[in-house]
Formats: sequence, C-alpha cells, structure tokens
Amino acid sequence: MPFWFELLLSALVLLGAFLTLVGSIGLAKLPDFYMRLHGPTKATTLGGGAVLLGSILYFSQQSGEISLHELLITLFLFITAPVGAHLMAKAALHHKTRKIKRTLDYHGKQ
Amino acid sequence: MLELSLQIALLIVALASLLSFYRLFVGPDLPDRILALDTLYVNTIVLLVIGGILLQSALFFEAALLIAVMGFVGTVALSKYLLRGDIME
Amino acid sequence: MSQLRRVWLPHPWLSFTLWLVWLLLNNTINPGHMLLGAILAILLPILTQSFWPESVSLARPKVLAKFLGVVLWDILVANLLVARLILGKKDHLQPAFLSIPLELESPLAISILANTICLTPGTVSCDLSADQKTLLVHALDAKQPQATIDEIKHRYERPLKEIFESCSN
Repeated sequence: MPFWFELLLSALVLLGAFLTLVGSIGLAKLPDFYMRLHGPTKATTLGGGAVLLGSILYFSQQSGEISLHELLITLFLFITAPVGAHLMAKAALHHKTRKIKRTLDYHGKQ
Repeated sequence: MLELSLQIALLIVALASLLSFYRLFVGPDLPDRILALDTLYVNTIVLLVIGGILLQSALFFEAALLIAVMGFVGTVALSKYLLRGDIME
Repeated sequence: MSQLRRVWLPHPWLSFTLWLVWLLLNNTINPGHMLLGAILAILLPILTQSFWPESVSLARPKVLAKFLGVVLWDILVANLLVARLILGKKDHLQPAFLSIPLELESPLAISILANTICLTPGTVSCDLSADQKTLLVHALDAKQPQATIDEIKHRYERPLKEIFESCSN
C-alpha cells in the first residue's frame, strides 16, 4: 500500500470518528431536545459517511477490484437520517417536550 | 500507521458511544432516549466498519447493513408509537 | 408501445434503482446477477404497483444535477459549521422555530425539501402543516431568522420547484 494512500485512509477514518464524537458531544451537552437533534442527524451521519468512504477505498485497493457495497450503507444512512429526525421532532412536538426559554418563535413577515 | 489510526478511531467512537449511553440513561424525556438509541445505532455501524478494516474482513458489512435497516425501523416505530400511541394502524 | 411500457415498466426510475441496489448488495457485475437483478427490478414494481400511485417524471436533469452538487457541498460545509457550533459555548446559541411558507405543491418535492433541510444547514424540519402550506423548522443558531428562511427558499426551494413543477406553470 503506498504511503499517500495510507495517509488518506487514516485521515478519512479519523475525520469520521471525530465527527461521530462531535455528534455525541452535541447529544450529551446541548440543553434541550430540539437542539440535541442537530448533532446526531448531521455530524454523526457525515462521520459515518467518511468512515464508509474509507472502507470503500481500503477494500477496493485490497482486493484489486472496485468494491462499492459500502456505498449502500452510506446512501441508506443519508436517506434515513433526515426521515428519522423529522419523525422524532414530530413526536417531541406532539409530546410537548420542553424547549429552553430563549427559543425564538418566528413566523415570517406577514 | 493505518493500524494505529484505526485503533485511535475505535477509541474515539467508543467514547462517542459512551456519551450516547449517558443521554440514554439520563433522558430526561422519551424523545431524548429514542434519539440516543438512534445515535447508538449509527455509532455501532461506524465501530463495525472500522473493525472490519482493522480485521481485514468484509463480513462486517452485512452486520452493519442490518443494523442500519433495523435501527431505522426501530426509530420510526418508536416515534410512531409516541405520535399515535399505536404502531400498526 | 407506451401502453406496453405502462404495463411492464410502470416506474422506470424505481426499476433502475432496484437493479443498481441489487448489484451493489451482491458487490458484483457478473452477467448472471445482472440478469437476476433485471428480472427482480421488473417484477417488484409490478407486484407493488398499488403502493406507487403517481409516477415520477424528471424534468430538467441539468438543474437536478446542479441541485445535487449544491446539496452535497452544503452537507460538507454545514456539517463543519454545526461541529463548530456544538463545540463552542452553548450559551451563545440562539435556537429558533421558523415557519417557512411553501410554494411547492407536489408531495415528493416537499419531502425532498424537508430532507435537504434536515441534512444541510443548522436546521431540522419538524412538522408540515395539515394544508401542506407551511413547514415548521427548528434552527440551532438563527440570529437573523428571516435571512435563514430566505436562504432556504432561494437555495433549495427554487431549484426543486423548477425540477418538479416546471410543466405546471
């Protein structure tokens, strides 16, 4: 494996792991449910995407032929993350989950 | 070098899972717990994929795909349950 | 001819996607799997026809490609932004619920818009009003709410309107 390739893989995997961590930090640290929703849906999903891209590159290089099946998980994650987030937000609104006081309610210029 | 960074990545993702676990236990509301579970699914997928590269085995792909599918179905079912008080209509 | 197509290939894009997913799932391009995938891709849409009442037509493939490019780029940039917001001081964040008036009418376009909103800037779509006219969105940090709404409408809604509803106006 050439050195630059190893470097690229390491960078992708570490970036993915770091983004996953950021998502979980957001989940643990932010004050109310609606704000917590942002960390996992965005940062964690992109982190997963980066790690899976690294996996595609690694196995393609390893076996000598293009191995794209990790792309399926990536696509699935990117399609389902917003759907899941939307449903959870809807459920939370329905349940009247607390939001922190300084949350704005903005209805646009009428 | 790749092996070292993979191990570091495993450590980082494990830490992320711990933080999600914290939210799962603390709550305080049901949607928070669903969200924490959803995050745990994705963390597990990332763990499995990194583990797959580390052990040079493509077998982990199927497990990761299944967790992705089941995790999504689980999240949807739980949210639906909160929304309607019923999963099947 | 078009009659024949409607019976045997009611949703060409769905069939194509199914075929692609089958090949990806088996991680191969050998002819046997291509044939088996093609058979499944033709059979499944016919068997599940009652779930797909309306057919999708893609007008303006160029606009669609540009939209996809913009969205992918925004996912990357916006995620780094969100990462910075999360790691920064949480007391500086100004969360907000925004009501976005929708111009889109087709359900598919609205759901794609909702999904893009979830993935891209610091926003998550929460609820669609019953008359499908306004989308309730939660923003992680909206110091200028009107600017956020304008950006969403300009950047994502307009191209979607062009792609899915260009024939109606």
